[in-house]
Amino acid sequence: MKRALPYILTAAGLIMIVIGVWGGEVATVLSRATHICLECIGIG
Amino acid sequence: MAKKYIRNKIRHYIQGAWTVLSNGYLIGFVKGRIWQGGTKAVCVPGLNCYSCPGALGACPIGSLQAELASRSIKFPFYVTGFLLATGAIFGRFVCGFLCPFGLVQDLLYKIRTPKIKTFKGDRALRYLKYAVLVVMVILLPSLVRNDAGTGTPWFCKWICPSGTLFAGIPLLSLNADLRTLAGFIFNWKVGVLVAILALSVFLYRPFCKYLCPLGAAYALFNKASFYRLKLDESACIHCGTCARVCRMGVDPSKKPDDMECIRCGDCVKNCPTNALHAGFTACGNCKPKQVISEPADSAKAE
Repeated sequence: MKRALPYILTAAGLIMIVIGVWGGEVATVLSRATHICLECIGIG
Repeated sequence: MAKKYIRNKIRHYIQGAWTVLSNGYLIGFVKGRIWQGGTKAVCVPGLNCYSCPGALGACPIGSLQAELASRSIKFPFYVTGFLLATGAIFGRFVCGFLCPFGLVQDLLYKIRTPKIKTFKGDRALRYLKYAVLVVMVILLPSLVRNDAGTGTPWFCKWICPSGTLFAGIPLLSLNADLRTLAGFIFNWKVGVLVAILALSVFLYRPFCKYLCPLGAAYALFNKASFYRLKLDESACIHCGTCARVCRMGVDPSKKPDDMECIRCGDCVKNCPTNALHAGFTACGNCKPKQVISEPADSAKAE
């Protein structure tokens, strides 16, 4: 089991990324990242 | 001698190259604007604010909070999957090699002053970063909502020194309109940044040790990532050199999988018997192919 754990975790991560892309989450990240984040720069 | 010098510097070269590569929109630093291309949909592994004028990718911690704070997303599969896959492949190698704010702290620690190796409560304080991850990054952005039903990125707003250094200060320096909006929160964040930078001169990577939620997330994978530190017990002479040279306060001869290990490779380089190996493994138990260094020169001479 320990030998397989990195493979299982990586596969689970990749599957979750695919689910996220399929569910349209990329648009949320892109929208947030392409506008100046006022909280990040300390004025939000 | 020249070879040893280059070997010791190689991690900093990688850190520098990655910082430049992931913040390659240089014109942003001149014009005071940020990159708005499609690459911003992809997370970078390290703590690299997406409002940094040069940033070409998205910060995973900022993106996670954005997803959690969104009204329309039930569970943040995209960023959680990214953290899971990156953690499973690299573990805290990301902290040691691919984080711009880690590089800043590394450079500050090079200033010649008396250093604090450890202090009472050091180990207990390391758990604070897990609390920051759970409370500031996950719970508060998910649970505290405004009238429109959206949350706030609490970690970015109140703590993140990377955002202040790489985004806040450059953007406010270049943009008079933004400067007029700066008030208490900006001053608070500059205070947090200055405190962390000042502490970094005397104490190795205080932000990574005690506060960084991204380091906390990757730390969970140190025992199960492809990139590992392995000890050849038959070669170890228990001289304690590895624990002495480790600036993260880890004893690799006892716990090579320690969650605090950022895989910098200092222990590997200094081991006199070449008992420690760092690198990618094809499985959880086998010995990694050594990728960081050759045996220490003193051991070679013997």
